[in-house]
This record gives sequence, structure tokens and C-alpha cells, in this order.
Amino acid sequence: MFRSHVMVCGGTGCSSSGSHKLIENFEKEIQAAGLETEVKVVQTGCFGLCELGPIVIIYPEATFYSRVQEGDVKRIVSEHLLKGRPVKELLYDETVAAGLDTIKSLDETTFYKKQVRIALKNCGVINPELIDEYIAYDGYEALGKVLTEMTPEDVIKVILDSGLRGRGGAGFPTGLKWKFAAANAADQKYVCCNADEGDPGAFMDRSVLEGDPHVVLEAMAIAGYAIGASKGYIYVRAEYPIAVKRLEIAIGQAREYGLLGENIFETGFNFDVEIKLGAGAFVCGEETALMTSIEGKRGEPRPRPPFPALKGLWAKPTILNNVETYANIPQIILKGAEWFASMGTEKSKGTKVFALGGKIKNTGLVEIPMGTTLRTIIEEIGGGIPNGKKFKAAQTGGPSGGCIPAEHLDVPIDYDNLTAIGSMMGSGGLIVMDEDNCMVDIAKFFLEFTVEESCGKCSPCRIGTKRLYEMLEKITSGKGTLEDLDKMEELCYHIKANSLCGLGQTAPNPILSTLRYFREEYIAHVVDKTCPAGVCKDLMRYTIDPDKCRGCTACARVCPVKAITGKVKEAHIIDQSKCIKCGACMSTCKFDAISKK
Amino acid sequence: MKSLAELKAIRDKMQSQVSVRTEADENTIRVVVGMATCGIAAGARPVLQELSDLVQEEKLQNVKVTQTGCIGICQYEPIVEVFEPGKEKVTYIKMTAEKADRVFAQHLREGKVVTEYTIGAATTMK
Repeated sequence: MFRSHVMVCGGTGCSSSGSHKLIENFEKEIQAAGLETEVKVVQTGCFGLCELGPIVIIYPEATFYSRVQEGDVKRIVSEHLLKGRPVKELLYDETVAAGLDTIKSLDETTFYKKQVRIALKNCGVINPELIDEYIAYDGYEALGKVLTEMTPEDVIKVILDSGLRGRGGAGFPTGLKWKFAAANAADQKYVCCNADEGDPGAFMDRSVLEGDPHVVLEAMAIAGYAIGASKGYIYVRAEYPIAVKRLEIAIGQAREYGLLGENIFETGFNFDVEIKLGAGAFVCGEETALMTSIEGKRGEPRPRPPFPALKGLWAKPTILNNVETYANIPQIILKGAEWFASMGTEKSKGTKVFALGGKIKNTGLVEIPMGTTLRTIIEEIGGGIPNGKKFKAAQTGGPSGGCIPAEHLDVPIDYDNLTAIGSMMGSGGLIVMDEDNCMVDIAKFFLEFTVEESCGKCSPCRIGTKRLYEMLEKITSGKGTLEDLDKMEELCYHIKANSLCGLGQTAPNPILSTLRYFREEYIAHVVDKTCPAGVCKDLMRYTIDPDKCRGCTACARVCPVKAITGKVKEAHIIDQSKCIKCGACMSTCKFDAISKK
Repeated sequence: MKSLAELKAIRDKMQSQVSVRTEADENTIRVVVGMATCGIAAGARPVLQELSDLVQEEKLQNVKVTQTGCIGICQYEPIVEVFEPGKEKVTYIKMTAEKADRVFAQHLREGKVVTEYTIGAATTMK
């Protein structure tokens, strides 16, 4: 037995800031201190507070070390692990704040306190590469219960009653999907997992796969039993190497234990899972395109109906659920539909994981009960906006979603409320924007993404998104007219109504929602030819205040295009036709004489 | 693995090994071992290890065994303090792994303080 466990985050975020080296160092130093029989080092998945990585948590005290560097390891071992004195200056600020008589533990911090972890339950708690640790936290118990005590109809009823809706974005009731697939008789059916996470800024599925891969395998086997399928596919993007590696390890261990394969728990139930790597095309996150890609063809969507529950993979009845959806299933089976349905709002039950990013202090992953307000997520859990800036909008749903302005900060977040205010849940990316963000530029960013990712099969999406992007470019370069705004809006509705798949049907949303809430910013670009946030370069002017300029010539010397002229000790002038708006003069001026408008 | 019983066997074995990873709550009994230089020199490490092992092996989920620095009465090291919610702190002194076994069995499991090992007993004897 080990009296202390040192948990080191091995998620993508912390790995890129050097957590693997930390693990090696901890093992070396623990050995050197002769503590190897008393203290164990555990590599875990993501803890969520990626901003402060690499993160190290030490149990039994649950002390929270943040931004740990290689050189800190020796001190932590000799002070904390040997002599019981936590190294306070390396701990997360909030846990050792002035006025506290004891060190706050992990769960007591504002970041974690309001979170409810269901899908992320094991992330940061277990070593994802050891099946035994998953089993220690009730792993595969739900599968055992389903196979030995429940009929497939019972399973579907529990999922239906729980009110679980698809976490990939659209929010279709999961139980209903399973019910349809179960009702269609066939010699072979399939269970698929959508791990083709493509929204810019979203990384919840990656974190679940990296931190708790077995939960997905267990849930897929449960789904297989419920609909009568013996084969599963996980479609995961090749850009997630750690997730893929851990899934491969997990599948190998589950097969070895007989938890995947034939005659599971001696019940005659067979189920196995295969990984399919995606090449990173955004459209492959759309269900019909994903299945076409698994079949080995070019990843393009096809019209529905027929829906996958009737004709999916290889024209057989298929269900496709998102990683986070699956991560909820085993606990719903074990704790019951009522337990799950007791959380959340009337039509959105349970919790949702959000990837917080943008202008926010605590960048990372949070899981909150449905119905929590955006204000709680941003101001409390997220720690607010850095540098005292003012909140402007939050973008949810990625390229399919929209921007939520400050007036809606107190709306309880659920599927229906987000749709009502012109955004959508999406997979859970949440990008916070402050007064320095230009909303037209944000819309342009997402449109550039969809233009690039449109598969090209249908013309409304292929040509329409490109035209929208061109209109936005015209507006941000100061050449737009009010008529363009009307035309753009009209085109948005055409694309929404006529596109073949979800990608095109939702691609105009970033424009429509910013037009709805920030129309005055568009008008400023079009009529006043200014960008209020000072982002759109073509609309910016750098000018020198002749009263403040001392004629030191520093700006003229630093200007890469020689746009600044003037004599020594006399006020200088910027030639607007030459200026490339690089800002070098402004950061060089010692007299605060140059301004940007 | 073929049966549910085997799964349960793995779970039971593993649960005790990961139990240190749960956080304390208001009902947790905290057992704190002084592990400063004085404590370690007097033999605190085997005491800490013994208590930690026993609590994990016997699955006493309401007990947390942690360490601390110097408690301030170095002549009585190794020292073990037991904090039970709503009760007075109990300080055991001059502990050994064997004494720790008894503290575990009587105090932590059955709730009966081992009076003869406490600092109170030592000072009244003098």
C-alpha cells in the first residue's frame, strides 16, 4: 500500500507543457529519497484547469500544485512527501490565499466547487492506462448489471426515462435513437462513437478519451446489448494521438479481461470495438458523412431519411452517439434514471461539459449541471475576464453556433434556451470575448472555417458560404454598403434552408446571431467606416498627435515601409496610403503621441 | 475474466488501493503523523506507513492518514494526532508501528481511545 499518491496530469494540455518529464523526475527523486515503497506516481487524464498546467495533485491531502516545473520536483519530494510540509509557493494561489488557516483542497476551490462531474468523473482520478483502476471506480459494473439483470427493453427504458440528450450538439434524445435502432430487425447492426471533435476550441471528447477511455467502451457495449449489435466503431481524429493510444490500450485490456469479445460475463453476448482514424475533415463529424468515411469512401453526407437507425453503416441499422453522451451511460444504469433526471432543467437533464477558452482566466474544462447560468460559468468557475476588460459576448456551438451578448448572461443554459437566443449547445465549446473583439471579425473567422471545411457536395453550402465570406471581407475592409447587409442576411436564410447537411444548415449562424445582437457594429463598419473594437486593419488609422510629438524620429526609424516623415524636433506625419498598420510606431513612441482609431 | 464475481474481486482489491484519492468531508477522522526531522529521526515513517496501510487494507473510508511538519514537542516524537469531528483532539506520543496497530484497532475502528499511549498519561505518570 502507498500512503501517498502523486497524480500528474497526462492530458494533451499538460503533456505539451512537459508533464511527462515531471513523471520521470518524480520517480527519480522519490527513489533517491527512499520513498518508493511509500509514495506512488500516477499519470492521469485532464483535471480541467489547463491554464495552470502542468498540474500535480497530491493525495491524501488533495493539495493542488500548479504550473509545476522540472526543477520544482526535488523540493516537493523532500519537503512535502518526506516531511509533510506542502511547498506553499508552488501551490495554486487560491488554496493558500491570505487569511486561510489551512490549505484548501482541490474540491474546495471556486473552479471545482460548483462543478458536478459525471462524464468527467474519472478524469484526473484514475490512471487511464490501467483497466484495474477503472474497475476500482465501479467500471464495467453497469455492463455486468445490464447483461445479467436487464432486458434490452429495460435498458432503453432507463435511458429514455433519464432524459439524456445527445451531447454532440443537436440534443436528440439518446433513448429514442436506441429505441428506433432496436426496433429495426437485421442480421447485423452497429454501434458507432463519434469522436471526430472538430469545433475550434472544443476538447471535451478528447479529454474523456484521454482520461477515461474504458467508460466509452463499456457504454458502447451496453448500447450494443440494447439494440442487438455485436460490432462497434470509434471514429476518432488522427490529430488526437494520446487519445488514440489510450483507446488502443483500453481495447487490448478489455479484450484480455473478456469484457470485449465473445460470451461476455458468460451471457452469450458478443461485442467488439474497432478504431477508425479520421483525417480531420470537419464534415465527418456529421453522422452520415462519418459513416460513409468508416465505409472507406470519401467523407460526404447523404440526405436523410433514411436515418441511420434504419439504414446506417453498410446500410444496416446503426446508432451513433458522441463520446460525452456515452460517458454518462454507465452511471445512469448504476444510479438510475431518476438520479440523472433530478439534475438539470425540465427538458435538458444531467450535466454538460464545456471547454472554456478565449478571454477568460481559467481556460480549461468544466462540467456543470444543465440550467447553470453563463454568468456562473464565466465569472465564478472561469474566474472572470483578465486585465479588467469588459465582457462582450460568449460564443457557443462553434461554427454552427452563435454569440450570446451580456444581456443574456443570466439565462439558464440548456438546449432549448440556447436555441431560443440564437445560439446552440453544440459540442460545448465556449469562447469568451471582451471589448477588444470585433464581432464582424469573429463571424468572418467562423465563415473562413466553414468555407474551408465545406465538403462541396451541395451548392448552397459550397458556393453560399464562400459568398458570405466575401461579403464579410468587403465589410471589414470598409467597402460594404447597407444593401450588402440585407443581401447577406437573405443569403444566410437561403443556405440554412437548402443545404444538405448540418454543416451548411448551421454555417450562417455566426453571422445571423452577430447581426441580431451587434448590428450596430456592422453598421459602424459600413457607414462610419470604423471598427469600434480596433481589430479590422483596413479600417484603422494610426495618427500622430502633433502636440505630443517631440520629433525624436524613433517611429520613422522603426517603420518598415517608411510611411512616417518629419524633421528632427518637429512633429512627424504618417502617410496613410503607405501605412500597413503594423503598430510598430505606436509601441516604439515614448511620448504616447501615436493613437489608433 | 468470465464472471461478475471475478470483476467484483478485482474491484474489492483495487478499491483499497485507490482509497487515498478521496477527499475528506465533515465526517472524516483525520490522523496526522508528525514527520519533521525530529519525528523521522525518532521513527515516524514506519508509524505513518503502518497506519496508512491498515486504513487502506481494512477500508476505513472515514479515516484519512496524513502527515504534518513539526508539532512542537520534539521530545515526545513520534507523535500521532487524531482529530474526530466534534471531539477533543487526542495526541499519542512515542509511537511505534506496534502501538499504531493498537490505536488502529481500538481507537480508529472501535472509537475507544488508547489512554495509556496519550500525552495525558505520560504527563500524569511523572
